Amino acid sequence: MIPEIGFFTLSLSLGVALIQSVMPLIGLKKNNLTLMSLADNAAIMQVLLLSISFATLIHSFISSDFSVINVYQNSHTTKPLIYKITGVWGNHEGSLLLWVLILAIFGGAVVLFGNNLSKRIKAAALSVQGMIGLGFIAFIIFTSNPFERLNPVPLDGKGLNPLLQDPGLAIHPPMLYLGYVGFSMAFSFAIAALIEGKVDSLWARWVRPWTLAAWTFLTVGIGLGSWWAYYELGWGGWWYWDPVENASFIPWLTGTALIHSLVVLEKRDSLKSWTILLAIVTFSLSLLGTFLVRSGVLTSVHAFASDPSRGIFILILLLITVGGSLTLYAIKAPKLDQSGVFSPISRESSLLINNIFLATSASTVLIGTLYPLVAESIGIGKISVGPPYFNMVFIPIFIPLIILMGIGPYLPWRKAKIINIYLNLKVVVLLTIISFVLFFSFSNYKLNDLAGCAGITLSAWVIFSISNDFINKIKLFKNPIQDCLNRARNLRRSAYGMMFAHIGVGLLIIGISGSSAWKQELIVSLKPGEEIRIAGNRIIFKEINFLNASNYQSLMGEFYLVEKQVLMKPERRIYNQPEQLTTEAAIHSNLWSDIYLVIGDGPNNEGAYTVRAFFEPFIPFLWYGVLIMGTGGILSLTDRSVKVTPKRSRNNKAVPKAGSI
Amino acid sequence: MNEKNSSYWYKRWTLIPLIFVLVLIGVFAKRLVDIDNNKPASYIPTVLLNTLIPEINLDPLPNRGKGLNSEHLRKKLILLNFWGSWCGACLIEHELLMEIKRKNIIPIHGIAWRDKPNESINWLKKYGDPYSLVGQDPESKAAIAFGVTGAPETFMINENGIIIYKHTGPITEKVWLNDFLPLIREYK
Amino acid sequence: MASLTKLLTPLFFIFFVISHKDALSVEPEEMLKDPQLEERARKISKLLRCVVCQNESIDDSSAVIASDMRKMVRRKLIEGQSDNQIISYMKQRYGDFVLLKPQFSLNNLFLWFSPFLILIIGIGIFFKNKFVDNFEISKPLSEDELVKLEKINEK
Repeated sequence: MIPEIGFFTLSLSLGVALIQSVMPLIGLKKNNLTLMSLADNAAIMQVLLLSISFATLIHSFISSDFSVINVYQNSHTTKPLIYKITGVWGNHEGSLLLWVLILAIFGGAVVLFGNNLSKRIKAAALSVQGMIGLGFIAFIIFTSNPFERLNPVPLDGKGLNPLLQDPGLAIHPPMLYLGYVGFSMAFSFAIAALIEGKVDSLWARWVRPWTLAAWTFLTVGIGLGSWWAYYELGWGGWWYWDPVENASFIPWLTGTALIHSLVVLEKRDSLKSWTILLAIVTFSLSLLGTFLVRSGVLTSVHAFASDPSRGIFILILLLITVGGSLTLYAIKAPKLDQSGVFSPISRESSLLINNIFLATSASTVLIGTLYPLVAESIGIGKISVGPPYFNMVFIPIFIPLIILMGIGPYLPWRKAKIINIYLNLKVVVLLTIISFVLFFSFSNYKLNDLAGCAGITLSAWVIFSISNDFINKIKLFKNPIQDCLNRARNLRRSAYGMMFAHIGVGLLIIGISGSSAWKQELIVSLKPGEEIRIAGNRIIFKEINFLNASNYQSLMGEFYLVEKQVLMKPERRIYNQPEQLTTEAAIHSNLWSDIYLVIGDGPNNEGAYTVRAFFEPFIPFLWYGVLIMGTGGILSLTDRSVKVTPKRSRNNKAVPKAGSI
Repeated sequence: MNEKNSSYWYKRWTLIPLIFVLVLIGVFAKRLVDIDNNKPASYIPTVLLNTLIPEINLDPLPNRGKGLNSEHLRKKLILLNFWGSWCGACLIEHELLMEIKRKNIIPIHGIAWRDKPNESINWLKKYGDPYSLVGQDPESKAAIAFGVTGAPETFMINENGIIIYKHTGPITEKVWLNDFLPLIREYK
Repeated sequence: MASLTKLLTPLFFIFFVISHKDALSVEPEEMLKDPQLEERARKISKLLRCVVCQNESIDDSSAVIASDMRKMVRRKLIEGQSDNQIISYMKQRYGDFVLLKPQFSLNNLFLWFSPFLILIIGIGIFFKNKFVDNFEISKPLSEDELVKLEKINEK
């Protein structure tokens, strides 16, 4: 009965989505406020209906109701409760339901926080949100119904892929969806702005926090995915330029560009049509990711079970959403008034260059990801584009961006004097050069040392530059300490947000370049009692144990890390529901590098086991980087300019006028 | 002139993203149709078609005559079938291969790929032996030389040792009638 | 359509059963004694795609055919073949598909150069459109802009 309630509310939400998408449009046409405000009610209704629907699916999973096919295929009675719940979005159908629920929640947020918005803009945006919802709810109902029943009812379920039974991966999809779907806000408001023919700083002000929130979620989501790949898959890597990874990285790049161009739009009332395009493209790329993962057009390590009929449905959705919005864009964008003339050396110009580089790097990843598809379709033949391509093309394009990151914050709006930049940055440049020489002189003078040192120097440049900017801003070393503290306190949260996000990128680069330059790997056949050495660490293979857990059997090696005096226990597990082999790496981190152990095949005739040991320097900096970037996003979101928005309708009568015509 | 030019382009460039996306959607649509026509993303077309066979020299299975080398494959029109006792899909085509042998349509040589020799022999005893010559390929030397990705895979090779056709996956009745038979007739 | 796919999917999985063995990728017994040769073997393996896997190099893959390809690479290294010879041997067998780093060829011109072309166009537009003659701030703020600026500064 309960799954039927879920399906019923889901079906109702389809109707509500229809109302939400059509009525406000009629209202806009007739300038009828009642019809327009219908969108508000519909949006709130959506949240309610889809929450009920999602709750019933969770209930079916928790109560192990195997009469529901989806539960039968993805759950099992012996599974821990937490993984019964996360199993809800560990599959295609359930994850889509989560997707539309999040979309509805964002729609509800427009109603909740959008009091000060122009009624027309709000109605138009909610209508667009309604249309996206309509498409995806229809997709669920007609091709991917999670509530479908099974008869006769099986005794037990097939279980969840053990690789997915993991805390990192439990929260990875919701984070990613919050990011993807969060960009729908920028998208809907971009379309609304195109319909209304009006884009201004107020619009940017409203869209920016949502974009920032989506960006923060996506950053953390991608970070979690990488972290999971690192500790769970047992290969010692964390990124493979796999199509599905790229599918999340491309919108991240354009989303980052969008955050920056929104600043220019807000401050200088400029870059209008470009910003609108970025907003459309970012969300479209999120949809593209959904398509790629679920349609089977690409081979990837982590695609969902694919089905061409689903693929065709999403493709049609893509055609309508992306094709439709870009058609509107092609017609309306040239009519947006262009304003703002830039001086080539100014904050706005540096942000524009930032956008050019980010857009180019996003295109690079997109081209590399889709080129095999295109090549095959036009008859060039079947080719592969793997990590070597991305490393060769993406990195040279990204490096100038990082260099610019150290300069941008010193440029004032409108016009900068080169001499001032020089004066501000000369210490930073000096420190950067010194640190390169220092790093390199401690290395072995090999090519990988040069690359690694160069990468770390790049991060040093960013981090020094931002610290220097901070010191300037609070006048440290110039004014009395009390004054400095006051200044630090008065500095805007958004300024802190920017510093954190940029330092996060710096830390990330330390992680990337350090780990790829100095990673060491040892593959040996080892008997208990023998020892190995990696990167100066002595590791003794003490013994091997066989364990029986409720849902898996395990071969567990005990290794003793002599210098650190710790035991490491890598495992090789065979899960029984479903039957699958997993490797559980043992990782010992000293906060700047990891020792990573994997136990493999064995015992062989001589009683030896295959052991893989990795020395992974600077890997933790990846996770620090992501955390600091996420913190930066949150800091920016708590800036008072964001909080001011809802109050404005009371304080400032002039504002609503700005958005309406 | 400059002014006019730039405004012309300014009005038109907004079409570029749309065109780009439409082309892309066309590509996706074609891929989806291909997948539906049994060419999933994992399908790899052979590049060895119409080229000379690579040199191989394989040992025989225990107590089953002589082995298989490239010389044997260059005498007349033959089929070369990669199979293994571990391969479930090979059973799907097995009945058909037996019939080809019974009717003496075309000689079939087999390569026991990545298999234990005894298990290959037992398999042939159990299900019947459609092959003229069989070579064993425990380390995939021949399989890689022929660009094989999975079993069963079947090559048609003419008397000059040129690969004229390749089929990936089990040969079904339909595949045999539509793809193999016309080629064989054409040759005779 | 869906039913057709359902029919075909299991088929495709049947012939690839071979690909999963209880093993990690590179095994100690397959490694070469000579560390320099072994290093080259690893480097080459990272450039070759496992032909039955989703998207992995033969160096990362635990599939049987990947393991045999790795051994083949090592055998050829011992025979004294060069990296390029080995890679092009694999390419002859499996086509461009097996190369994780696409060739610099006329066909792949777009792949290799379009990113840089996009960058150049972007920078071109930046220099062309934005400051034809406005090195200095050309127009003073309008009334409207001043009011907005005021508001922004208030916050």
